[in-house]
Amino acid sequence: MPEEPIIRLVNISKNFDGTEALKDINLYIRKNEFLTLLGPSGCGKTTTLRIIAGFERPDSGTVYFEGKDITNLPPYKRKVNTVFQRYALFPHMNVAENIAFGLRIKKLDNKTIERKVAEVLELVNLKGFEKRSVESLSGGQQQRVAIARALVNEPEVLLLDEPLGALDLKLRKGMQNELKRIQKMLGITFVYVTHDQEEALTMSDTIVVMKDGTIQQIGTPEMIYNEPKNAFVADFIGESNIIPGRMLKDKLVYFAGHEFECVDTGFEHNEEVDVVVRPEDIKLVPTGEGMLQGEVESVTFKGVHYEMIVRSEGINWMIHSTLMEPVGSRIGLRILPQDIHIMKKVAIK
Amino acid sequence: MVGRVIKRIYLYLIFLFLYAPIIMLVVYSFNESRSMGRWSGFTLKWYAELFKDTEVMRALYNTLAIAILSAIIATVIGTAAAIGIHEMKRIKKAIVMNLTYLPVINPDIVTGVSLMLLFVFTKPFTGMGLGFFTMLLAHITFNIPYVILSVMPKLKQLDKHIYEAALDLGATPFYALRKIIIPQIMPGIVTGLLLAFTLSIDDFVISFFTTGSGISNIAIYVYSMARRGINPKINALSTIMFVTVLALLIVVNTRMSRDNPKAKEGVR
Amino acid sequence: MRRTCYAYPYLVWMVIFIVVPLFLLLFYTFTVNTAEGIRFTLEHIKRIWEPIYLMVLLRSILLALICTVVCLLIGYPVALILSSKEYSQNRVLAMLFVIPMWINFLVRTYAWMSLLGKNGVIDMVMNFLRLPSIQLLYTDQAVVLGMVYNFLPFMVLPIYSVLAKMDKSIIEAAQDLGADYITVLKRVIIPLSLPGVISGITMVFMPAVTTFIISRLLGGGQYILIGNLIEQQFIVVGDWNFGSAISFVLMVIILITMGIMRKYDKEYEGGAIW
Repeated sequence: MPEEPIIRLVNISKNFDGTEALKDINLYIRKNEFLTLLGPSGCGKTTTLRIIAGFERPDSGTVYFEGKDITNLPPYKRKVNTVFQRYALFPHMNVAENIAFGLRIKKLDNKTIERKVAEVLELVNLKGFEKRSVESLSGGQQQRVAIARALVNEPEVLLLDEPLGALDLKLRKGMQNELKRIQKMLGITFVYVTHDQEEALTMSDTIVVMKDGTIQQIGTPEMIYNEPKNAFVADFIGESNIIPGRMLKDKLVYFAGHEFECVDTGFEHNEEVDVVVRPEDIKLVPTGEGMLQGEVESVTFKGVHYEMIVRSEGINWMIHSTLMEPVGSRIGLRILPQDIHIMKKVAIK
Repeated sequence: MVGRVIKRIYLYLIFLFLYAPIIMLVVYSFNESRSMGRWSGFTLKWYAELFKDTEVMRALYNTLAIAILSAIIATVIGTAAAIGIHEMKRIKKAIVMNLTYLPVINPDIVTGVSLMLLFVFTKPFTGMGLGFFTMLLAHITFNIPYVILSVMPKLKQLDKHIYEAALDLGATPFYALRKIIIPQIMPGIVTGLLLAFTLSIDDFVISFFTTGSGISNIAIYVYSMARRGINPKINALSTIMFVTVLALLIVVNTRMSRDNPKAKEGVR
Repeated sequence: MRRTCYAYPYLVWMVIFIVVPLFLLLFYTFTVNTAEGIRFTLEHIKRIWEPIYLMVLLRSILLALICTVVCLLIGYPVALILSSKEYSQNRVLAMLFVIPMWINFLVRTYAWMSLLGKNGVIDMVMNFLRLPSIQLLYTDQAVVLGMVYNFLPFMVLPIYSVLAKMDKSIIEAAQDLGADYITVLKRVIIPLSLPGVISGITMVFMPAVTTFIISRLLGGGQYILIGNLIEQQFIVVGDWNFGSAISFVLMVIILITMGIMRKYDKEYEGGAIW
């Protein structure tokens, strides 16, 4: 049963001093969803977030919240709260006062405020931190105070602008789990912005891949990973080998000097295409077997797997495998039809 | 090392140069005789005469009143101005800031003269001649730019996201201004206030041109007396001023080093 | 964020009290009130070029230059010493240096009156040493002395502030590379302190050129510098057109000089002066 999405962006465009930051964006966000805007710097993901928050006004288009047009509504009247990239905690207030800021504006009584502050501090694992000063906190703690400050206002939607960027790796992974847990527990819609594809894959229900102000693909993490719509998405998410090829006919593609069977249809005869093969999908076989022959150029131990570069037919293939062949050895490569992804050539630069 | 000794001697000479005239002033304020050449005995009579002199007392009152009033008013207008100017687009901001610098850069005699022209020119319309009020207006005028110049750097240092965070949490722009921005820029505001107060107390030239014949401040009083020659009453006045300044600076300095043991030196 | 409206009270104030007076100044400079009415003229400005007035202008500039040079020569070492290792932590010293600045400008000038005059202290000392009486008051030297006394701190402070912020390891690097103290001074310290020097020169030359108190009190009633001339025109002679013209020319000279200075002083960013 189609329910009204909680947020809808319709034909949103935004220009900054002549540069087009957003070009005709259309997007809807469902209730209780963890949606991530993913893309490289400058793709427009933060601008989109700020338009939802109300800090930027779109040049054209409409923003709907629960069905109502809020395009011109100022940020302090919207039922969304933001967690800023560098926390933006108020330095002249302690932790409790920071968190209570929004509650005081709503004119709640002191007892209620005290209780809510304590509750939300417990939620982010900072029990007892009320009187601490902001400067005395570590990066991770400041981050959690920023989250607490936003959540205590019980917003319908929480916006997060690359909140974990300044944290070290271990802390970041821990926080990712925390955020996911909180989201599931509170049932709030999260709109998350990041350039880290691994983060997006880990946390999201839905990923929106953006580039140069346009949406490239929307889908679940599995969909985006396994069926990237074009070479940019394929390249941005996970590692890939992207090779130019030619579609001879349905289910037959020519690349790297050989014809390969594949599973994609719907292309024109002899159409130029991009062929994407994931490094973990290339199998190492003894020389002689397999469609391609090549020589191992480098081997790097990555812990989880070996990353090898094998040169074959003038192409450097990246391969992830738990097996290892030493540098200089000749090796065969086999690629199964279902692991060959064909995509239309897109003008990407 | 020789260098060290030379440095010390040089410094002492400089300090001697700086303080000798002042010490002389203080010493001779207690001198029985009028002349500065001879010492004829210790007396406090010049101080007594000073306090009995209504002209001086009135000048002192004017000086303090105008300093306090103009400092406060200039700080209010100037802080609001800095906040507004900070948000302006580049061209408008440049024009406003350049005009703001004008009273700062201009020799005070030009500022004084032009303000006098203004007050005299508008007298037929406002019915107000040169006097206390015009001097006050003049002081506010030259104080505001210094307040703006003190507050602007603090505004520049502000994290822009903090204001947005306040709005995001439901604060109206005015609430955010009151509770978030002003506390953050308070050091700049206080500096501006003190600066304005100091400049006002010390001003002579602009006051000279913008006040009427009846109203004077301390500086004008000293000027008119000094033109007639040496007068130990001025010595007495100077001594009092010196002692006050000394006391104030000591108090401020001890407070600063108490609150902030690692404070940089360079007290202003 | 419509916060620009907070500046409107100031903008109004600025127009009334800065822009309008400026226009009035221009008005009086460039117009003359004749029987037929008001007309545009350059005659007031031309008068400045008459020898007597030109002399006054030149004398003012000369004295101000001398004062600036003296302040620089005396003040630079002071800044160096104050910022050097032995003294940079000495807050009492810094405070002592600043105190005279806080005493009223007029009082500081008056102080020299009593020192320099006939029967003044210096005279007394000279007599004591059986040397002939000298009258130092009411001379060029007295005026320059008064200027230097008043403005020396304004030269020292900007230079000191630049020197204090200087990265000491640069000096150590130079010494490590074989430079002795003189070379370090010449090649490293002085060039790096230039912004402070420029600042100091600006803060001394401008007030020195336009002063009229120092010249009146220490130079006597007959001693005319450009500041006195302006005061005279307005208060005594009543020729507001000529007075405005001189003020205008002075303002233009100063603004041009400041403009040139700004090119060299990249620290002057539109933030606070100090």
